[in-house]
Amino acid sequence: MSTTSTVLDSGIRELARNRWMLAYATGFFVLTESLFWFQGTGPQVLLSLLNVLLLVIPLVSLVFGAMYIYSSREFIELLLAQPIARRDLFLGHFMGLALPLAGAFAVGAGLPFALHAGAGAGFGGVAVLLSAGIGLSVACAAIAVAIALYSDDRLRGVGMAIGAWLLLTVLYDAGLLAIAVSFDAWPLEKPMIALMMANPVDIARGLVLTQLDAPAMMGYTGALFRRSFGSALGTVIAATALAIWIAAPFAIAGRRFRRRDF
Amino acid sequence: MMQAPVRSAVLLAALAVARPGAATEIVVAPGSAVPTLAAALARAKPGDRIVVQAGRYAEPTITVSVPRLVIEGRGWPEFTGSGNHTVLIVAADSVTVRGLALTGSGFAATDDRAGLLVRDARDCVIEQNRVYENAFGIYLSRSVGCLVRDNQVEATRGNEFTTGNAIHLWYSPATRVVRNHVRGHRDGIYFEFSASSAAEENEVIAVTRYGLHFMYSDSCRYENNTFTGNGAGVTVMYSHHVVIRGNRFTDAVGPAAYGLLLKEIIDGEVSGNDFTGNTVGVSLDGAMRLDIRGNAFTRNGFAVRVSGSAGDNRFTGNRFAGNAFDVVTSAKFSTSTFDRNWWDNYRGYDLDRDGIGDVPFRPVRLFGLVIEQHPPALLLLRSPLVGILDTVERVMPVLTPNTLVDEHPLMHPPRE
Amino acid sequence: MISFHEIRKAYGDRRVLEGVSLDVAPGRVTALVGPNGSGKTTLMKILLGLARADAGEVKVNGTPLDATGSYRNAIGYMPQAAAFPEHLKVRELVELVSALRAGAARDTDLVESFGLGSEWERPVGKLSGGTRQKVNAAIAFLFRPSILIMDEPTAGLDPVAAGVLRTRVRRERDDGRLVIVTSHVLSELEDLADDVAFLCDGLLRFTGSMGQLLSQTETSRMEDAIVTLMRASANGTAARATPGMAAAQ
Repeated sequence: MSTTSTVLDSGIRELARNRWMLAYATGFFVLTESLFWFQGTGPQVLLSLLNVLLLVIPLVSLVFGAMYIYSSREFIELLLAQPIARRDLFLGHFMGLALPLAGAFAVGAGLPFALHAGAGAGFGGVAVLLSAGIGLSVACAAIAVAIALYSDDRLRGVGMAIGAWLLLTVLYDAGLLAIAVSFDAWPLEKPMIALMMANPVDIARGLVLTQLDAPAMMGYTGALFRRSFGSALGTVIAATALAIWIAAPFAIAGRRFRRRDF
Repeated sequence: MMQAPVRSAVLLAALAVARPGAATEIVVAPGSAVPTLAAALARAKPGDRIVVQAGRYAEPTITVSVPRLVIEGRGWPEFTGSGNHTVLIVAADSVTVRGLALTGSGFAATDDRAGLLVRDARDCVIEQNRVYENAFGIYLSRSVGCLVRDNQVEATRGNEFTTGNAIHLWYSPATRVVRNHVRGHRDGIYFEFSASSAAEENEVIAVTRYGLHFMYSDSCRYENNTFTGNGAGVTVMYSHHVVIRGNRFTDAVGPAAYGLLLKEIIDGEVSGNDFTGNTVGVSLDGAMRLDIRGNAFTRNGFAVRVSGSAGDNRFTGNRFAGNAFDVVTSAKFSTSTFDRNWWDNYRGYDLDRDGIGDVPFRPVRLFGLVIEQHPPALLLLRSPLVGILDTVERVMPVLTPNTLVDEHPLMHPPRE
Repeated sequence: MISFHEIRKAYGDRRVLEGVSLDVAPGRVTALVGPNGSGKTTLMKILLGLARADAGEVKVNGTPLDATGSYRNAIGYMPQAAAFPEHLKVRELVELVSALRAGAARDTDLVESFGLGSEWERPVGKLSGGTRQKVNAAIAFLFRPSILIMDEPTAGLDPVAAGVLRTRVRRERDDGRLVIVTSHVLSELEDLADDVAFLCDGLLRFTGSMGQLLSQTETSRMEDAIVTLMRASANGTAARATPGMAAAQ
């Protein structure tokens, strides 16, 4: 096995037995299952799930991700003393965090849909919601790793992760709302859609909205929105933007990992 | 006043002369002695029966001017307007047209061509016809008391500008439009200046503009129809005392699409309808004193939109589930009221177990107000930020209209 | 043979190593000692490639360190803190490191001497601190490295295990391997070390054999010798027995 897959394998083994991770997956399972219980229909469950995952995935991926990097630091030093390249070690270490995070969500939230055969939620809606959640998990994990590798102070790093969470989930949208309210004489849809593409949480939300809130999103604003997120080209652009949100922090963190002193 | 009885007597005499067989049956068939419907009509007397055998008939516009005729097709004989004229005109009273296929009126900007035009007639029956690819399908003009039933009316090739309406009533009161299937065309069912009419159990699918469109038609009933996937949904205007009951309004999606847009509809009833998957479920624009009860609003973008000019409408016993917004309004003060509705967003409790929540429900979200005034903010739909804002507003209502409160929200959805 | 040449390293404004030159010979156990913050750990991290020197050069057997890290095939490292992922089993941990050193010979003597067989399927997080340190040592010795670097190796080990480890270190030395050890427990080093390198404030204050250390400081115990050296370095006089340890042999 290559260095990357060996380290990835141990990361998955470690996190698959981590109780926080198990609680995270179980939490999504219980939540989704109880949503089916109380709300019944698949589309309703998807919407309620969206509300939760937009907050919880960034929170867990950022904060747990940063803490995981800090807690595995001595172990990484031991691995670095082995005859392996840092690049490979970093890739394995990152994926060993990101894949369990994404997998815990996908399995926890996805399993009830499989058990209920969708319950009226179209395959497309479920697939987009799960994909968006997975993409968001990996993007936030990458941001967390970058934060943890740049800040040696654990407390400060976790604080920054929480700050990033607030910024991405609430403050950024507050800025968008301020723009929408302040400049309403201007044609704002296009700039606002562009700004949404610059925030992974908004990208994930946008991708899911086109599937789940189609009626609301067919108004004038929504028509542009659907073209941006819902059309084939728009989906590709939004997915690319999310991929950049994975690749950029990953590259920044990787560069730091290759160059820094441990 | 003496004229009508005298005329009846003359008619009776004519019938008597026509015996035996009470009425003559004339058979039209291609290549026979009576090869065209026009030829049959030329020899028909009032009350005669014309049977048209299957085949294709390309005749100039055929005009029925003999009253009480029954024209009946066998195997849907097809009459075509060859793309340049109205196919069939009924211009006599009490005529029945049944079982014909009418097609190919063609479109002209200068005149309203139709598959079947009923003009200045009373009490005609238009049933079981197939009317397709015409500008207008069935057009009733200045006619009274007709029945349009069980027809299929389709025109899917044109666009909004090259097709007319499927079933079109113009100054034709007391008409009943029943169980027709409409697809394509511009408007599905159109009533103008046609009071005391009714549309029942029709199915209107995928027309380019309005599934149902009426104006200046008081005291009409619209019951148990289905309007689905129509370009702009349903718009009804400028009418009093209409009853809209038991219909399904679904999948009207688009920037100007409404499950049901009620524009200056006054003193009416909207009950037992099903609004599902529309951009806007019901929009009240200048609508007054409507009784809106027992409807189901499911998975709409905006279930109910109340404009500032709407007033004194009563929403009771409705069921709201899965809508992005239950109620939006641009009005600071509203005189419309909500009472005893079921809201899936209601999070209250019922300590005395009387089935009514102990805490009032405010269906207007702060975010709903924001997007009414700043439409681009819709892009923030389902943002966690919006959830926070709505929660704050719900706890400390400052901006949402105080009057738009359901004081008695139901704990369980009402039976449909 | 490992040779450090004029190694300098600063973390921001804090200068940790200010030109350290040191040759470490095979077949000997070298104690790297000095007060906290003197730069011992940094020097070892530079050797392992965990940190990079600002200036100077490290050669292992005459070859400068390279970025691929293949020179680390020769090195067994026993870090101070045995901080392993707590849910990995001992077996999985050993397999992980083995997979990273595909093809290397495996030597499980220490696993057996420490009696780790019975802990083989237990998660690391469930082990006692001492057992974890045994695992740590076992991994360092697993691949018959020609260079052993041990940071506080006996911390947390019971006296029996510490004895096993010391015996093993001596055997490695007698087989011609190069061993670098740091420890706060100077009495333990006294027993084990052939050579001593004393770092203080980023500078090497003494290099030489244990005998030279004691005779030069006119003490009989290493602890007293180090105290003397620290006083001396506080007065600014560097003690240096010979130019380098290799010459000391």
